[in-house]
Amino acid sequence: MAIDATKREQELVEQFLKETTLFLGPEPRLMQDHGLAPITNREIQAILKENDPSIISMARSKMQAGANEAYEMLEQIGAAPGAKWGDVVCGIFTAKGDLSIVSSGGVLIFAGCTQYGVKYIVENWLNDPEVGVEPGDIFYYNDARYGGVHNTDQNLILPVFNNGELIAWIVTVVHEGENGAVEPGGMPSAAEQVYDQGLAISPMRVGRNYKFYKDLVTYFQNSVREPKLQVVDMKAKLHGALRILQRIEETIAEYGVDAAIAVLRKTLDDTVEEVQRRLTQWPDGKVRMMGIADSTLRENLLIKVNLELTKKGGELTLDFRGSSPEFANRANNSVTSAMKGMLAQLFLSFVWPDLPRNQAVLAPMKFIIDDHSIYNASYDVPNAQSMMTFFPAFTVTQAALAKYLYNSPEKATKLIAPWYNMIRTTIYGGITQHGETVGNLCADLNGMPGGAKEGMDGEHSIAPIFAPMSEQGEQELIEEEIPIMQLSRRLMKDNQGFGKYRGGQGYQMFVTQKESDFFGFMTTTIGSKYPSTYGIYGGYACPAYPLAKIKGIDIFEIMKNEPEKMVYTTEEIMNNRPFENATYTTHHGGLQFELAQEGEIYIITQGAGGGYGDVLDRDPELVIKDVEENLISEETANRIYKVFFNPETLILDSEKTEEARRKEREDRKKRGIAYQEFVKNWVTDTPPANLPFYGSWKEKNVIYAGSPDNYMTEGNLKAVWLPNPKDVRIAELETELKELGDKR
Amino acid sequence: MKANITEYLAIDLEKEMWCCRKCNHEIAPARSNYKEGLLVYNRDPQEIHKPIINPDWYEFTFSPDPNWCQILEYYCPNCSTQVEVEYLPPGHPPIHDMEFDIDALKERYLKREGQKV
Repeated sequence: MAIDATKREQELVEQFLKETTLFLGPEPRLMQDHGLAPITNREIQAILKENDPSIISMARSKMQAGANEAYEMLEQIGAAPGAKWGDVVCGIFTAKGDLSIVSSGGVLIFAGCTQYGVKYIVENWLNDPEVGVEPGDIFYYNDARYGGVHNTDQNLILPVFNNGELIAWIVTVVHEGENGAVEPGGMPSAAEQVYDQGLAISPMRVGRNYKFYKDLVTYFQNSVREPKLQVVDMKAKLHGALRILQRIEETIAEYGVDAAIAVLRKTLDDTVEEVQRRLTQWPDGKVRMMGIADSTLRENLLIKVNLELTKKGGELTLDFRGSSPEFANRANNSVTSAMKGMLAQLFLSFVWPDLPRNQAVLAPMKFIIDDHSIYNASYDVPNAQSMMTFFPAFTVTQAALAKYLYNSPEKATKLIAPWYNMIRTTIYGGITQHGETVGNLCADLNGMPGGAKEGMDGEHSIAPIFAPMSEQGEQELIEEEIPIMQLSRRLMKDNQGFGKYRGGQGYQMFVTQKESDFFGFMTTTIGSKYPSTYGIYGGYACPAYPLAKIKGIDIFEIMKNEPEKMVYTTEEIMNNRPFENATYTTHHGGLQFELAQEGEIYIITQGAGGGYGDVLDRDPELVIKDVEENLISEETANRIYKVFFNPETLILDSEKTEEARRKEREDRKKRGIAYQEFVKNWVTDTPPANLPFYGSWKEKNVIYAGSPDNYMTEGNLKAVWLPNPKDVRIAELETELKELGDKR
Repeated sequence: MKANITEYLAIDLEKEMWCCRKCNHEIAPARSNYKEGLLVYNRDPQEIHKPIINPDWYEFTFSPDPNWCQILEYYCPNCSTQVEVEYLPPGHPPIHDMEFDIDALKERYLKREGQKV
C-alpha cells in the first residue's frame, strides 16, 4: 500500500473515532494541565505588529477596567447572596482559553478553574459541525469536573470575534448557591455520589445572538429550588460579560485588534517571566509541611495533607504525595484543577499581590499528585465540599512558603502566618416569611481573621482567604428577605493564635430563625478537634471550633418575658445554661441540613489567624492592650504571655513580668528533651490503632486508610468507602442495648 | 556571613551551621536537620488552647482533642527561645521541614554585591 493511502486510512480511522466518541467527558490530559497553550502564529504576529509598551499598557488597562466594571455590575444586579457580596469573578481569556485578565475584586479561584471549561469548548465544540461557535453564542456550565470548585459556581462564557476571527473568551462566574442538590444551598455535605450534587451542566451552548434558549433555561430552573434566582443571575452574568465585550470592542477600535491579542498573550508571558525571576531569589532546596483536615463533614477523621516543596532556580515543584486517599462516598474530594486554582489564589493574594491576576502564576510550577488521592478526585466521587481539603492545602502551602520567603531579598508582602481557612457560616433552606422557597448561604463566612504578620498583629474578621475584596452584607436587609436572625455577634475572648505577633480573632454568632414553619440550617467546617490553621516561626495555631446548639426553646419568648436571662457569649450561654428545659450540645462543624424551630439557637465561631514568633517575645504593652480590648483574659495574659499587670489600672508590672518570663525560659530548658532522645520515645511505626488516620506516616509511599492494618502504596491508591454515620451510631446503640440485655 | 532563614534561625555559611539568631548558639550542621540541635517538649494542646466551655459537659470545647493532636515545642538549648512549633497526631514523626542547598546558598551570597562568605 502506498504511503499516502496508509496515511489517508489512518486519518479516516482517527476521524471516525473522534466523531463517534461515546462520551466527551472531562479529559484527564486537559484537566491535569495547568500550563499555557503554546503561543500561536497569530499571537506572535500581533506581538510583532504592536510592540509599543505604552499602547499595550493602555489597551490592557481598558480591558482590565472592563473586567472590573463587570464585577461591580454583578454585585449590583446579581440576585444570589454570593453575587451581592463578592463571590464573583469576571475575566478575559486568550483565543486558546488561557486566563489573562481578571477583575480586581472577587474570588480568583473561580477564574483559576474556568480555563479548563473554556479549553473544553475550544477542543470539542469549536470545530464540531453540529455545535460550532459563532459570534453571539452563549456557553454555560457548572459541573466542577470540567473546571470548577463545586457545582454551585455557575460560569457563563462568551466568545469574542473580530471580523469573523475568534480572538478571546469572556467569563463571568457567580457562586449561585442553590443548584438542586440533595441538600439546599448548593454545597451538599450529605452527597454520597456525584448524582446527589444537583444540576451538573457540562460546557454547552445555552443561547445564540446574546439571547438564552428559553427551553434550556426552563430546564435549569426546573432543576433547582430557586428558579427565579437561576434566570435572574443568568441574565446578570450575561450583561456583565457584554460590558466586557463592549470594552474589548472599544479597545480594538482605539488600538487595533493586534493590540488586544498582544495584551492577552503578553500579560501571560510577562507573568511567567516575572514569577521565574522572583523564584530565583528564594533559597534552593526543600521545605516540607503537613496538616490535618479533621473531618469529612459527616464524621471526624484525621485526613493528612502532605507537602514537599522543591525549589531550584526559577522552578517550584509542589509534591502532594503522601496525602490521604480520596473518599468514594464523601463530598470533601478536590478536583485537581480546583486545588491548583486555590493555590494560584495563594500566590496572587498573599505572596505576589502586585502581579497581574491570571493563571500564568502557576505556569512555572510543577505539581505531583497521586491519582485517587484527595487532591486528584476521580470522575465518579463527589466534590461538593472540595474546600474541606483544598483550604487545608492552601494553609499548609502558606506556612511552608514562609520558610522560603524570609530569606528572599525582595518581597511583595510582609511575611504572614496562615490566614484562617474555614467558611464558618450557615447554609440555609426552606420557606421564607414571604412564602418563597430558598436555599443558599450567608456571607458572614467572609469574616475570616487574618494571620499575624512580620511586625504586626493579624486583623480580626476581615476577609476570606479566597477574596480580599468582599463583603458580609447588610444584616437588616437579609432579615427582610429570609427568616434568619443574628442575636449576637462579637469577637470571641481568648480565641487567639498566640505569638510575638498574634493572629486576628474571629467573632462568635448566635443564629436563629423567625417566622417560618419550615426552615433549616447546615454548617460546613472542619477543625473541631484538630486546629485547621497553623502558626509560623514558633507561633501557635488557632484553637478548635465546634458547632453549639441550644434546642427546645423559643429565644424570642424568653427575650420578651425573661430578658434578664439572655446572655451574648458562647461561654456564658453554654456554661451557665440559663434556659430551663433547653438542650445544650456541641458537635463537629459538619451539620447536615436540619430543620430549626423558631427561636432555637445555633452558635458558630469564626476562627483565628495563626501566630508569628515566640509568645515570650510579645511586647507586654500589646498583651495589655489585648486585655483592655477584651480580646484575652488576664489569666491568658499571665499563663501564655507571662505578662502581669494591675487588673484595675492595667499598668504593667515590669518586674513580675520579667521574672515570670525568665522563669519560663528556665522551665523550658528543664522540660525540653534532646531531639534524638525525644524522637526515640515519641515516634510510632504506624498510626495508633485508635485514630482514624488517612495518609502517610513514617514513609511517604505507604498510605494508611483508617487503621494501621489498612494501607496502600504510592501510585496504587483507591477510593475509600465510609459507612453511613447513622449506621455507625445505630450499631453502637445496638451493642449498648445488647450489653444492657445481657446484664438483666 | 549569616543567611537569615526564619525569625529565629540563620545559617552561618562559613561554618555551615544552623544558628540561633537571638543568642548566636550553633544549633546543628547546616546540611542536617536543625531540630536535632534543639530541645523538644510535647505539650498537651489544652494547656495552650484551654477549653472555653465545660469539658465535663461537652465533647467539643473549643480546645483541640489531646488524643488526636499534640503540640511539639522546639527551644534553643542556650537561650530557650521557642524557635518552632509543630502540631502533630500523637506518635507522628516530626517533619524535617527545611533542607536547603547550602552550596547554592553560598554561591548566591557570594554574588551579592559587597557581601562575602
